[in-house]
Amino acid sequence: MSEAYREMWENLNLDLAAHDGLLSVLGKFYGDIYMSQQGRLKGMEYLDFVLSEVHGLRIKELQDAKAQGRKIVGTFCVFVPEELALAVDAVQVGLCAGADAGREAAETLVPRNTCALIKSFIGFKLARLCPYTESCDLIVGETTCDGKKKAYEAFAEHAPMHIMEVPQTKTEAARALWKAEVLRYMEKLEELTGKKVTAENLAAAIKTVNARRRALQRLNALRAAVPAPISGRDVLLINQVSFYDDPVRFTASINTLCDQLEERIKAGDGVAPADAPRVMLSGCPMAVPNWKLPYVIESSGAVIVGEESCIGTRNTRDLTDESGLTLEQMIDALCDRYMKIDCACFTPNAERLDNVESMARDLKVDGVIQYALMFCQPYAHEGIKVERRLTAGGIPSMSLETDYSMEDVEQLKTRVEAFLETVR
Amino acid sequence: MILGIDIGSRSIEVVGMAGGEVVEKRRAPTTFNPVAQVRALLDGLSARRAVATGYGRKLVQDLDLGFPVETITEIKAHGLGAAHHFPEGRTVLDIGGQDTKAIALLPGGRVGKFEMNDRCAAGTGKFLEYTAQIFQIPVQEFGLYALGGDAPPIINSMCTVFAETEATSLMAQGVRPENIALGLHLSIARRTANMLQRVGLAFPLIFVGGVAHNPCMRRLLAEQTGTVEGETLLVPAEPDMTGALGAALWGETLARS
Repeated sequence: MSEAYREMWENLNLDLAAHDGLLSVLGKFYGDIYMSQQGRLKGMEYLDFVLSEVHGLRIKELQDAKAQGRKIVGTFCVFVPEELALAVDAVQVGLCAGADAGREAAETLVPRNTCALIKSFIGFKLARLCPYTESCDLIVGETTCDGKKKAYEAFAEHAPMHIMEVPQTKTEAARALWKAEVLRYMEKLEELTGKKVTAENLAAAIKTVNARRRALQRLNALRAAVPAPISGRDVLLINQVSFYDDPVRFTASINTLCDQLEERIKAGDGVAPADAPRVMLSGCPMAVPNWKLPYVIESSGAVIVGEESCIGTRNTRDLTDESGLTLEQMIDALCDRYMKIDCACFTPNAERLDNVESMARDLKVDGVIQYALMFCQPYAHEGIKVERRLTAGGIPSMSLETDYSMEDVEQLKTRVEAFLETVR
Repeated sequence: MILGIDIGSRSIEVVGMAGGEVVEKRRAPTTFNPVAQVRALLDGLSARRAVATGYGRKLVQDLDLGFPVETITEIKAHGLGAAHHFPEGRTVLDIGGQDTKAIALLPGGRVGKFEMNDRCAAGTGKFLEYTAQIFQIPVQEFGLYALGGDAPPIINSMCTVFAETEATSLMAQGVRPENIALGLHLSIARRTANMLQRVGLAFPLIFVGGVAHNPCMRRLLAEQTGTVEGETLLVPAEPDMTGALGAALWGETLARS
């Protein structure tokens, strides 16, 4: 695809040589981890196509949207309400943050012991490797951890930023702060696009985003079947793609895939043997192409049946109430929905423990593997609490800390295999 | 005969079992050609099946040895092997060439909970081997040498390279080399005791892996964990064969089922 999009990438000021290198590594990685899987569903071809065009056709679509006067908004977090961007006819996309790119450059802006995700989004920008970041008219950051909030200060020197202050408690005062932030963001979007958020366009946007959440909820519910009908790698990919694909097209494709999954379940077919250990992943988000740990787990004979993560159920579990009639009611419904997110940035965050445990039970898992990015304090802290809760509930669990490098793959394999030996 | 093959980062061990008895024991350094070393070790042995463990466990599966080869992790192998020697054992510590593992044992040698050092070789046999070089002493004699110390300085760094820096600067301050060697051993014993606490250290503690040969490590580990050698701290006669033994035992279990 590289020749067809060369001019577009050049216009986006990408470092073409480095970008070619990135795409070839990504392509090989994808081939090894995804195309090698047995018994994939036909519905996955759509995702293979979307991923093969992740820096091509999708970017072309964004450029076409820009040519029509639409604005592109980039985000890093499930707290940024996509409903508002859609209401003013903007396109919201997640940005590159899942590969070890531009690390040396990133370490000139943020400390070395910063998590891989933060270093990656800074690195992608400084190394001019992410066509999404380069397409954005606005990038929305959020204060979900110290690493991110300080990184955005540095990042703002390189990109047009708007920062939302995410509260850290769930009190009434916090809810009021969050509502003020949602309104401030709405004004920012109105100023950017020259369009007003109305009850009509917001209601439609809420329906669009809820429909996508419902499709993903349906997908997650189907995974409770034994044997599991789809690999965890594939569902992770679906969740990852949900952040940058067109929401309406994506929703239709996932519902089609779910139809196929239902047939497969009815036929008693699984992607792994019925006695394969069922594992749930819990913790930090995994941006494309961070597939290392899921690959290690599934190539060790287990099947991942759930992702308790921002790239997983944390992004899809709660819907926005659609019954609001006035703009005010809808904004309140949005605020309520987003305040239910059980991000590790909240203190206390007891609901996450309940959510992890009930998800593990609903999905009939044999064990939970907690994933924390090295230097991610909030999830590392909660890992201790989650482990204690799961142990008390008789659910085996293990915590792993890693980053985007490949040097620890063998150590990870040994730990994962040993964990699977204990749950078999 | 059923074989257990433990391919570690430093050495390869083979245990052959027949009718529940160990009938064969072999050992060789891993080198940079572990496949050739395994082939040489297995020369002349005929087996019904084998179980491989350790870092190189996947290598054996591709060797086409003429009998089935399964793999288990070194965590499971050490659990089984340690419990075979001492069925009353509750916790296992394995300090190998590249890895340290603390394992809480369930009845029958099954693994309850385990902890493992991360990607760095801090506190492993490699650490001792590397620091022994500073003293120009063979690693096998390093423990005895360290027992000649009586006032160990606190060595803070567990990073092999930084520990060397610390040891070098202590030498420059005129600290007795035996004391520095003792300090280096103590830093491992402390770290290891912490790891054991994290899996819920219960007694008796079984100490296996090549480093269990080291008398200084045994003494310091007993001090740090409040155990008594021979009572609550148990070391099999050939601690480095434990992984291969556990693998062979698992092979017997598989053969029975």
